[in-house]
Order: sequence, then structure tokens, then C-alpha cells
Amino acid sequence: MDSIEKEISRGRRTFIKKVLGGTVAGSLLLVIPAGAMDLANIPEQITGMRGKTGPFITEKKFAFIVDITRCIGCGSCCVADKNEYQVPDGMYRTWVERYVIDDEDNVYVDCPNGGLDGYQEPRQDIPHPIRDTFFVPKLCNMCEHPSCVQVCPVGATYQTEDNFVLIDAKRCVACGYCIQACPYGIRYINPETRTADKCSWCYHRVRKGLLPACVDVCPVQARKFGDLNDKDSEVYKILHQPHVVSVLKPGMGNKPSLHYVGLRREVV
Amino acid sequence: MNPEHGMAVATALTNYVFPNELHVHWSLMIVLYPYITGIVAGAFIVSSLYHVFHIEALKPVSRYALVFALAFLAFATAPLLIHLGHPERAMSMMFTPSPTSAMAGFGYIYSAYAIVLILEILFIYRPTLVALKQEATGFQKPLYNILTIGSDNVSEKSLALDHKIIAFLAAIGIPMACTLHGYVGFIFGGVKANPMWATPLMPVIFLLSASVSGIAGIILSYILIKTFTRKFIDMDCIRTLIKFLWGCFILDFVFEMLELFSHAYMATHHWEALRDLYFGPLYNSFWVAQVFIFSVIPLVLLGILSLVKLPDSWVKFWGSLVSFMILIQVILMRWNVVIGGQLMSKSERGHTTFHPMWFEKEGILVSIIIMLLPIVFLFILSKVFPFWLDDDTVAEKQLT
Repeated sequence: MDSIEKEISRGRRTFIKKVLGGTVAGSLLLVIPAGAMDLANIPEQITGMRGKTGPFITEKKFAFIVDITRCIGCGSCCVADKNEYQVPDGMYRTWVERYVIDDEDNVYVDCPNGGLDGYQEPRQDIPHPIRDTFFVPKLCNMCEHPSCVQVCPVGATYQTEDNFVLIDAKRCVACGYCIQACPYGIRYINPETRTADKCSWCYHRVRKGLLPACVDVCPVQARKFGDLNDKDSEVYKILHQPHVVSVLKPGMGNKPSLHYVGLRREVV
Repeated sequence: MNPEHGMAVATALTNYVFPNELHVHWSLMIVLYPYITGIVAGAFIVSSLYHVFHIEALKPVSRYALVFALAFLAFATAPLLIHLGHPERAMSMMFTPSPTSAMAGFGYIYSAYAIVLILEILFIYRPTLVALKQEATGFQKPLYNILTIGSDNVSEKSLALDHKIIAFLAAIGIPMACTLHGYVGFIFGGVKANPMWATPLMPVIFLLSASVSGIAGIILSYILIKTFTRKFIDMDCIRTLIKFLWGCFILDFVFEMLELFSHAYMATHHWEALRDLYFGPLYNSFWVAQVFIFSVIPLVLLGILSLVKLPDSWVKFWGSLVSFMILIQVILMRWNVVIGGQLMSKSERGHTTFHPMWFEKEGILVSIIIMLLPIVFLFILSKVFPFWLDDDTVAEKQLT
């Protein structure tokens, strides 16, 4: 009996000690910045990116792959993107299109609110039986020969050595020529900065070893991002294995670094 | 197929526009920009027909055409600056241009052309300005001092040198005027992403329509100014201008139609979208207005005016009317190219709409003001540079 009571009181003492300790530690955490957001505590999603200096990452060649056969049209990527950049309403850095093909081979495409709300209801206005339907996420194609860079009169749109096409908002005059030149309709004038704006494949995250926000949140891995110089990367494997892979508007000659798995001929 | 279903399919098939393309980025200001530069280039060509090609009949408007060109040139950049999101950075196009950009050359081409035009005006007007300087009082004196560049020498030797310089400036001015406007056409023609714009014919069409608008502007303003100031109108000059207008407009209209015809005939995968555009949202502004009312009718009128011997009063009335119609034709063409090209989404599955507002930054009111400013400036210039040789005995002597 004695030993049991002893045991209980010891447990009680330990319990009280732990509660006190926890309370003190917890209170301290509230006062002292916890460092939970410290980059070092977030696992590196793209290897070999941390601790890099200099403006460009030269030894990497990034590629983006969208797997149309996987996309479920949930819109998570669009929401993540809007949150990441506070994209003004009515403008889209990325969007998800819904394709519906009926028995008569008619193609119906829509993209209400850029797909931000997800496709929760089927289309009701198709007069014939539907034979196929799929979703196509769109974002910057990061062309190897970008028209936007070619036409920008002041060099505000430029290409980095690691294949990103970015915009210097401090130089952009907002002439809108890049908007006309982009074959993919990716660009818009941001009404807040009054400069051209577009998807950047989350360059700021990539530089810190993190995946683009849309890739990070995709629940079905329809969006993939990685380094083509890394033979173990998923993007390398997809592009070097016998998959059905294509790019948008190949005839434009822009050579996009954005590839689509299972791209259908109906997609423009 | 049930016709109702057919309708539903047609609508559904043609209404997907990429989400960032619902808004038309290049609006009225970019319609006015090639319109104004076109008038400048065209007016200069009229002047060169006399100064370089010695078409004697055009002598009465040879000086006026240059001042007219200058009045419009002064405001050619106004719509561009209003359009830019950051006009305060506009000069970086000249200081740090991107060599691959078709747009980056504009500042240089425009400035070089402006310099040639201003120099030519100053040399042509030099004897007149020297004479005016003698009579000038008050603030006019320093002004004429600057305009004569301090030289009062109007000796025969000096005027002979002036003549050579004028011929040289006019000669280099022609390729520059053609470059200026051919280049503006290329700004559109070089956009491969837009199947309506991306045609090598675009610079040709822009250049021809520029000549047409310049000649029409000169005819209309010449008749109006002379009529309102109750001065003598040189009918030989008007008739010659009308013939040139007819010739240029035949070429212009033929090329405009050829461009559309080649699209239709080659019928690449873009044609379906283009056809939907021309026969959809552009039907009224293109087929009804630009082609039928303001091209076919003026072509017939110009043909009659050029081939049939008509009384002077008829030539004056119908000549002004047809010139006015041509000026409308050219702005419609600019509208249909600039706005029309953007209505079609790069999804090639639909088109957006565009309705200009009266009171927005790039709206109708601002456009009207911009088009009135060159006319006001032309009036101010008329106080410094007398337009007509018949009230200017000094220049009359020099030019003969």
C-alpha cells in the first residue's frame, strides 16, 4: 500500500513539476520569438539551393511540369497563388481551365474566376452527351525564347541564367507590349503597382530551396517542379521517359520550359 | 441538328477568353498614336513631292504641309505618355533601350525625324523669317532671332546654299517619313502572338494609309483655311492633290483587302478565329464603316473627281468631303487593327468587348482634346510661319 501511495505522490509531484515547467516554457515562447518561421527549420524541398550567393543560379535548369491526367480542378493552386502574391481580383498569375468534349466533338472551355473557387458543379449547358472532360492549369511558360523579353523596350522584363523570366517593377513603364507579345495571355497590368505582372514560378521561394506555392499545395501532384540537371529529379525522369509530353503552341517557337503530361490537341 | 442546339454550340464554342484578356490594354490612345504619326508622315510626303520630285502644282501647299506635319508631330507622343502606366520612366526607352525591342527604336526614329523636319522648315522659311525679323517688335524679335539662327544673310549665294540643304533634308526626309510610319506598322506586324497583326503587309498598309491621311488632311485643311480666310484657292493644286490621294488610296485599299484575303485564302488554324472577329464584333466598324461607307464610296468619288472635268466649286465641296471621309477611313482602320486585334483572345476560342468611356484617362474626351491640340498648335504656328506663298513676296522670289 505504502509503495502505491508513494508512487502516486511521486507521480503527482512529477505532474505538478511538468505542468509548472510547461507553463513557464510556454509563457517564454509567447514572449521570445520562437524561431518557428526560421528557414533552417523548414526542410529544403529543392536540394542544393540554400547558402547560394550571387544573382543567378547557373548550375540548375528548372522545368515545370503539369500533369493534366492528374488535375482534379480543386483550385488549391489558384488560392495558394492569390495568397502568396495578393493578386488583385480579376487578374490571374495562374488559372485552371475546364475542358468538356461532347459526342459531337464540340469543345467547351470555361474558367470562371480563374478556377479559384474550384470546379464543384458540372456544366449544365452542354446539349449533347459528354465524352471527355479534363482540367488544364495554366501559368507562365518561362520560354527559352521569350517574346515578352524580346519586345520590352526598357529591359524591365528579363531572363535569368537559370531560365526564369522575371519583371523588374522598378523599370517597367507599363507600355503593355509584353502583354500583346505573350502567346499565352499570361501577363496583366497590376493596378496597384501600375506595372506588368505575371507568374514567376515563385522565384523568391525557389531561391530559398522551396517549391513554388502552387506545387506545394497541389493535393494530387499535378504540378511538378524541379531541376533538369539533376537526373534523380522527378521532372528529369518524366521528360526522359516515354510519356506523352508536349508544350503549348509549339509553333510559336518560344520553347516553353513548362511542359504538359497528357496534353490534348484541343488545348490552346 | 436542332437549330437551338446549333446556337448553343456556336456560343459555347466561341466564348472562351483567357482570363487576363478580358481587358483591352491598348485602348483609344494607341488608336490615336499611329493615326497622328500617319498624318505627319503623309503631310511630309506631300511637301517632298514638290521639293524633291518637283511636282510644280503642289508648290502652294509645299511649305504649309511641313508646318502641318510639325503641328501633329508635336503631339504624336502625347497619347503614348497618357497610356503609359509610368510616364515618368518614358525616357528610359531612349537612355537604356533594349535593342531587341521593336518599340525601343521609336524615340530615336521620332527624334531624328523631328530634327530633320524642324531644320527643313527653318531653312525653307529663312528668307521669310529674316524679313519678318526686321518688322518684329517686342517678344517677337528674340523669337525670330532664334528661328533665323542668328543669320540675316539672304544673299544669292547664301540662298543657293539653303536650296541645296533643303533638297538634301527633303531627300533624307522621305525615307525617314517612310521609316517612321512603316516602323509603326511593324510594332504591330511584329507581334507573332496576334494572328491579325502578324503579317508582313502591316508596315505597308500603315505606310500607305499614312500617305492617304496626310494628303487628305492637307486638302481638307487647305480648302477650309482658304475658304474661311476668303483667300484664293489654287484649283490646280487641289486637283493634283486629289489625283495623288486617289492613287495612294487605291493602293492602300487594295493592300488592306489583300491582307484579309490572304488570311482567308491560306486559312491557317488562325482563320476561324479571325473570321469570327471580322464577321462578329468588327462587322460594323470594318465591313460597314471602314470598307463600304468610307472606302468604296470615297474611291468612286475620287475617281470621278480625278477623271471628270468638274466645276471648281464642285471640286472644292466634294474634295473636302471625300478628304474628310478618308480621314475617317484611316482612323477606322487604326481602330479595327489596334482594338480589333485585341478583341480576339489568344485562346482563339472567343473575343472580348471594348466600349470606350467618355471620362476615363484614355477616354473619348481626352482623345478629342488630343486631336484638337495639333489644330490649335497649327494656328499658333501660322502666326510665326506664314503658310501661303501668295502673301509672302520674299519667299515667292526665293522659290522661283
